Amino acid sequence: MANILTVDDSPSVRQMIKLVLGPAGHNVVEAGDGSEGLAKAKAQAFDLVITDLNMPVMNGMQMIKALRGLPSFMGVPIVFLTTESDDAVKQEAKAAGATGWITKPFKPEQLLAVVAKLVRS
Amino acid sequence: MIELDPAETFRQEAADLLDSLETILLDLGQTPQDRDLIDAAFRALHTIKGSGSMFGFDRVAAFTHDFETAFDLIRKGKIDANRDIVTVSLAAKDYIRTLIDDPDSTDPIIGEAIVEELHRLIDGGTEAVPAGGIEPAPEPAAASAGWRIEIAFEPGILRNGTNPLVLLDDLRALGPCEVEADLGKVPELDALDPESCLISWVVTLQSACSRDEIEDVFMFVRDEMKLVVTPLDEAAPISFPPLDMSLPADEPEPGMTAPNAALAPKAATAPERPAIASEKAEPGRRNEDKGSTVRVQAERLDELMDRVGELVIAQARLSQIAHSGTDLAIKAIAEEIERLASGLRDTTMGVRMVPMGSLFGRFRRLVHDLSRDLGKPVDFVTVGEETEMDKTMIERLADPLVHLIRNAIDHGIESADRRSQTAKSATGRIELAARYVGAQVLVTVQDDGAGLDTARIRAKAEENGLIQPGASLSEHEIHQFLFHPGFSTAKTISALSGRGVGMDVVKRTIEAMRGTIDLTTIPGHGSSVTLRLPLTLAIIDGLLIRVGEGRYIIPLSAVEECIELTAADEARAKGRSFLSVRGELVPFLRLRDLFEAEGEADPHQKVIVTSIGDTRIGLVVDQIIGSHQTVIKSLSKLHSDVTMFSGATILGDGSAALILDVAQLVTLGQVRAESDRTPEAA
Repeated sequence: MANILTVDDSPSVRQMIKLVLGPAGHNVVEAGDGSEGLAKAKAQAFDLVITDLNMPVMNGMQMIKALRGLPSFMGVPIVFLTTESDDAVKQEAKAAGATGWITKPFKPEQLLAVVAKLVRS
Repeated sequence: MIELDPAETFRQEAADLLDSLETILLDLGQTPQDRDLIDAAFRALHTIKGSGSMFGFDRVAAFTHDFETAFDLIRKGKIDANRDIVTVSLAAKDYIRTLIDDPDSTDPIIGEAIVEELHRLIDGGTEAVPAGGIEPAPEPAAASAGWRIEIAFEPGILRNGTNPLVLLDDLRALGPCEVEADLGKVPELDALDPESCLISWVVTLQSACSRDEIEDVFMFVRDEMKLVVTPLDEAAPISFPPLDMSLPADEPEPGMTAPNAALAPKAATAPERPAIASEKAEPGRRNEDKGSTVRVQAERLDELMDRVGELVIAQARLSQIAHSGTDLAIKAIAEEIERLASGLRDTTMGVRMVPMGSLFGRFRRLVHDLSRDLGKPVDFVTVGEETEMDKTMIERLADPLVHLIRNAIDHGIESADRRSQTAKSATGRIELAARYVGAQVLVTVQDDGAGLDTARIRAKAEENGLIQPGASLSEHEIHQFLFHPGFSTAKTISALSGRGVGMDVVKRTIEAMRGTIDLTTIPGHGSSVTLRLPLTLAIIDGLLIRVGEGRYIIPLSAVEECIELTAADEARAKGRSFLSVRGELVPFLRLRDLFEAEGEADPHQKVIVTSIGDTRIGLVVDQIIGSHQTVIKSLSKLHSDVTMFSGATILGDGSAALILDVAQLVTLGQVRAESDRTPEAA
């Protein structure tokens, strides 16, 4: 059981993540944009962060950089959701401190596989 | 916790996205070069496709794909946005909506035609749009005996959350592994940086898995590591040279197949890493500066409103009891609770308020389509989108406004030819405006067309027998016939309007919302319809009255004045129900008779003069008790045919009071007044 923070401005994507990861025994905390995600990350320890990149207020790239600046987030895996076929976006997100990515659209199995890959109980 | 159906969440989200997509596309039709709009359109399509495929809306995803690709090409400057692309995209948007709402009865032929049209428009400008779906995975390259895998990471990977041990575990899942670690680069303990990964590994994997499966294990770190995968058959005897991290990661390796396109990164081209522009703000997202928001189902808000209503009622009872006693402490608490309850009520009402802009946005498409179909160019201007109204009100306002806007374009605005003859600009103008006036909202639909033809309306009214030929009527009174059921003066009946339904329905709907409708016109310069509406349907200021033993509420907004019904008035009325109010005859209704109240009438009966629009009527009651903040409870379905009452409320002492539907009473009073007059005339 891991504490997982999901940051996305699309409620259906957040809900999808929650519905897939919840029954798998994980505790999923939701945030609607980068700044909300950052605030929640400061308040509680997480084992994994799953974030969108295109979001209002504070985008995913800015949030990843900010998270990596927190001592408590050293070594915590951060996965971003991307739809861009562009490698440049992945490179930039990796440079910002992301651990991996999930390409949208994703199926529940793909999400579970990525989470299993990054979170070890 | 209520578990929401994720598909339902997607439907709601998609509906919002499609609404904003429509606005974006319409804006784009005017400024086809606007990059922010193009990006926003792309993002909306992108989300619809992405989320759609996740929630099993495969047809939505497949159909949206081509449009997403088209907007990607526009975004990258490969093709230009133009009006035709906007028009076909609007059609696509409508089709997506039907695919989501009612997929079973949506004919795929329509979708195919739309996509065909899109291709016809863009294929001239670029190579064919690639077909939808995920690219097929490359042919796996299997090795019989197994693989020798050399692994070395960049030292910083631990900081970004990669755990090499997990990756080794993943390899082990593919088959029996022999793992050897090379600690050669790990320094003495004093110099050791625990956050740097300086260990490298050689793994001998006995598995018939493909090279891709091995590379998939490292998909997230492929660019930050050195990975050499050699089939065991040709593997050199295990020598152990430390891996050289200075080699570029994309050094071509013999026999390497392309990584799985859907999941793994392409081999990075490290030397020419393109500079990435910082991400733009989200232009397609309205209200982004409003801070974080919570989406709540409307029913929950209704429920909250109900609870607050009940609280206000309970609080009123408490106040009544507290003030009839002498206990000061109880009085103080009652006052405090009164203050809190009224604050809570205002906050709850505020939560239900939504800006009119969400409603106004819908009409842009209507005007766009009508203007095209009728060949009348029209500028559509909206004012006061930020004006807020109760959500329920805004929803009920949609249909009436559709009628009014249709009328304005179809009947109001003249053809371009005729306009140019009258020195007007060829493009017509329709303004939809909302603003606050006191506790009401004024919504106006104004056109700069020909105005109403008073003579023709009069002729039609005479023809229909609504008035006597030659009767003396003001222009304003004549215009009121437009609200009469079945009244139409259209010379030709078009598909859009002129069937004589509409204005009377509009009037009834507005009055059911306790609003009024008014119509003004300047011949040759246009007409304007003004709707006057309360801010909310949930709570009204009422006048509490008594008729016999029953107590009733009259909405205060309809009350003009209260006067006493003197014996002299009764005598003057001579049995007819007319009252002279400052020289003007006002018909009145005796509520005692109407409600068949028992018991003796109060010797000092009062008349409450109420008005709807320009029509006034007096209501005779036994007693005026006072003003009352009324939380409206709707009547049950059982009472749906009750016309005299619009709802009920609970009074401070716990008893119920019915709320009078003044609009209906005014109509009733008019009818009675007519029948009073007629025998006189005969």
